[in-house]
Amino acid sequence: MSTYILKRFLQLIPVFLGATLLVYFLVFSLPGDPIVALFGDKPVNEAVAAKLRAQYHLDQPFWMQYLLYLKSIFTFDLGQDFSGRPIAAVLGEVFPVTARLAIMALIFEAVFGIVFGLIAGLRKGKFFDATVLVASLIVIGIPIFVLGFLLQFTIGVQLGWAKPTVSSAATVQDLILPAIVLGLGSFAYVLRLTRTSVIENMNADYVRTATAKGLSRFQVVRVHILRNSLIPVITFLGADLGALMGGAIVTEGIFNVPGVGNRLYRAVLSGEGPTVVSIVTVLVLIYCLSNLLVDLLYGWLDPRIRYDS
Amino acid sequence: MRFSRTSKALGMVAIAALALTGCGASGSATGSGSTGGDTSKVIFADGSEPQRPLMPADTNEVGGGKVIDMIFAGLVSYDPSGKPVNELAESIEGKDGQHFTIKVKKDQKFTNGEAITAKSFVDSWNFGAAAKNAQLSGGFFESIKGYDEASAEGSTVETMSGLKVVDDQTFTVELKQPESDWPLRLGYTAFVPVPSGALKDPKGFGEKPVGNGPYKLADGGWQHNVQIQLVPNPDYSGPRKAKNAGVTFKIYQNDDSAYQALLSNDLDILQTIPTSALKNFKSDLGERTINKPYAGNQTIAIPEYLPEWSGEAGKLRRQAISMAINREEITKVIFNGARQPAKDFTAPVLDGYSDSIAGADNLKFDAAKAKEAWTKADAIQKWDANTTFTIAYNADKGGHKAWVEAVVNQLKNTLGIKVEGKPYATFKEARNDATAKTLTGSIRAGWQADYPSLYNFLGPIYKTGAGSNDANYANPTFDKAISDGLNAATVGEGNKAMNKAQEILLTDLPAIPLWYQVAQGGWSDKVTNVDYGWDGVPLYYNVTGK
Repeated sequence: MSTYILKRFLQLIPVFLGATLLVYFLVFSLPGDPIVALFGDKPVNEAVAAKLRAQYHLDQPFWMQYLLYLKSIFTFDLGQDFSGRPIAAVLGEVFPVTARLAIMALIFEAVFGIVFGLIAGLRKGKFFDATVLVASLIVIGIPIFVLGFLLQFTIGVQLGWAKPTVSSAATVQDLILPAIVLGLGSFAYVLRLTRTSVIENMNADYVRTATAKGLSRFQVVRVHILRNSLIPVITFLGADLGALMGGAIVTEGIFNVPGVGNRLYRAVLSGEGPTVVSIVTVLVLIYCLSNLLVDLLYGWLDPRIRYDS
Repeated sequence: MRFSRTSKALGMVAIAALALTGCGASGSATGSGSTGGDTSKVIFADGSEPQRPLMPADTNEVGGGKVIDMIFAGLVSYDPSGKPVNELAESIEGKDGQHFTIKVKKDQKFTNGEAITAKSFVDSWNFGAAAKNAQLSGGFFESIKGYDEASAEGSTVETMSGLKVVDDQTFTVELKQPESDWPLRLGYTAFVPVPSGALKDPKGFGEKPVGNGPYKLADGGWQHNVQIQLVPNPDYSGPRKAKNAGVTFKIYQNDDSAYQALLSNDLDILQTIPTSALKNFKSDLGERTINKPYAGNQTIAIPEYLPEWSGEAGKLRRQAISMAINREEITKVIFNGARQPAKDFTAPVLDGYSDSIAGADNLKFDAAKAKEAWTKADAIQKWDANTTFTIAYNADKGGHKAWVEAVVNQLKNTLGIKVEGKPYATFKEARNDATAKTLTGSIRAGWQADYPSLYNFLGPIYKTGAGSNDANYANPTFDKAISDGLNAATVGEGNKAMNKAQEILLTDLPAIPLWYQVAQGGWSDKVTNVDYGWDGVPLYYNVTGK
């Protein structure tokens, strides 16, 4: 088991290098000179521009810039953004907020998705099943920003049940509405996955055996149907955590959540390479780690899966 | 997979921004216990995250500018109509428009207790101008003698020879050449004094600026990307005394979410109503709105380095383009009155503005005359029917797409030529082509005044070789007319001369004036006494609770 985990951690190294290189190159290739943009409509003072370019290494060729950035990572000094603040401090501010939002969304979609999916699966073809199927189809079909604006206006402005935008602290309470919006799309997927999986397992031999053994309906469902049905769902949820963190840009924009998406969007627009790469790299690492966690969870859910080689 | 997901999300944001927002600055409030107690109310307003550290000479965008303006006081400040009023200056005297003697009021202090003297000003200005300090707004000192030496690339000169401290309260300024409107500029944020600590550690200072204005930054008041909290400065004695218990700029990523916050009274003042709400904000907010022109305009610059737009034919074509645009219709239909059709190159709130300068007819919609001018131009130099005239704009913010498309259609219909909008993904990309002079067509250009003067709309944009001269316009007669205006003995005569210079512009049309900006904002029912200044920024210090 530990060998397996070690191996997986070693795999992170090439992923990390590849991701940083690729993202750095993408930002580097963005057209336009970020320093010129800092001047806005105003005349560009060449002396000042040259000085700023040197400060952010923008006068260097691509490879040099990338190597300097790598060096800065290994010396634990990620450099500064355009407002002169350490990028490490920026990451420290935005990630906790988005992590909170993403985890809340994940909990929402997992709990509601699995419960609704299970009920729908057990009552296949009945009224409840048909209703949630249609509802989930609608949720999947509507783009997230439409849902976001809609819920913001109805629940936030008209009904006044929640603040339409989050407060400066971005507390758990503030984030309930944004988390629901963020998790809605995946909720529908989780629901459908669980439902399909449950229906499949209900006809499995071991379920028939368990029922024949005289186990209670509750125990059959919990131990034999649900647990086995969760494997594909967990895979999806694991991959989704990373996606939720990166995909929160739209939701964060609508509800003004001071998180990763907001900062990343601004950094892309202003061409702040090191800031973009730092944020995306952390996102990549989170994605890889959550996938590792999923793989380990398989072993717990299904003892037949073992990683010792 | 990660990447495609992210880029998809970005694309969606772009679409959302295009379709639904005007983007830009905004801010809101965390619900505060306000009980209508007039001056005890903390005002929650919208802001955007400053791009650079909060150093006055390094700040040139609205997010930081708003804050700097409130926590610093300069020699003069502008009253709501744009008239300069002495703030720290006892007197500013100069007879020839080139040599000035400035007396600073006695017993003025920064909020850290440091005295403000003549030396504070001289040191701050020198710091702003010197190349080694790389301050974005250093260009504002360009008129002062010795600026060129101090600002040259790699220069080690740290002082400008035109600035001399006479005694504690007095300093003199020598300009390179006479500029009668120079004292008008002193209310701009680049000219404020900073305490000596700022010059030693500008970065640290930029995080926690110490000023002398009507407000000061609260302890730990700048929560990055979240809010900037200002509290009144009890020692401030100038004309902008705070009438509330503080102003908190809440940072919004887009005006749409700020507008929702305003609707639920979560935000007190929203500086700019988002495009998506222009149709119904009056019914949403009732009397709590403002519609006031300010010193800004929108033009389309047509670079003269493009062969088909140079010479006599180019001039006739630009006139044709100008007369083919129905400004009234666009300001009404697209902007719902949030713009006013332009009648000159400046803005109506300025001292000396005239809506009837000779040549202003070129800015009136007249399809027949437009076609005639186009035909005349064709006689000189044939327009290739396959050429497409493009109007470039940045699609990332400002909501320009709608009006550009409208102008495109009007030009197509009136002149029967191929016209297209050319979106740049980002502002930076558009600026890059504009400054590198590699545009392939026209580009939209907005100008927002730094200080209330006609010259500010003319000199920096249309003088030969001027820094913001996107059109590459070069006309010695115009340059001469401008310098006549700067040399004029009085502001009144100067203004007359500036308008003479505008007559030349109205014929040559290096850029096509479209409309004047109008500030459209709104406020919650918790506050009152909201008014906007000449620059379209709310006068936050005047706002009180209900």
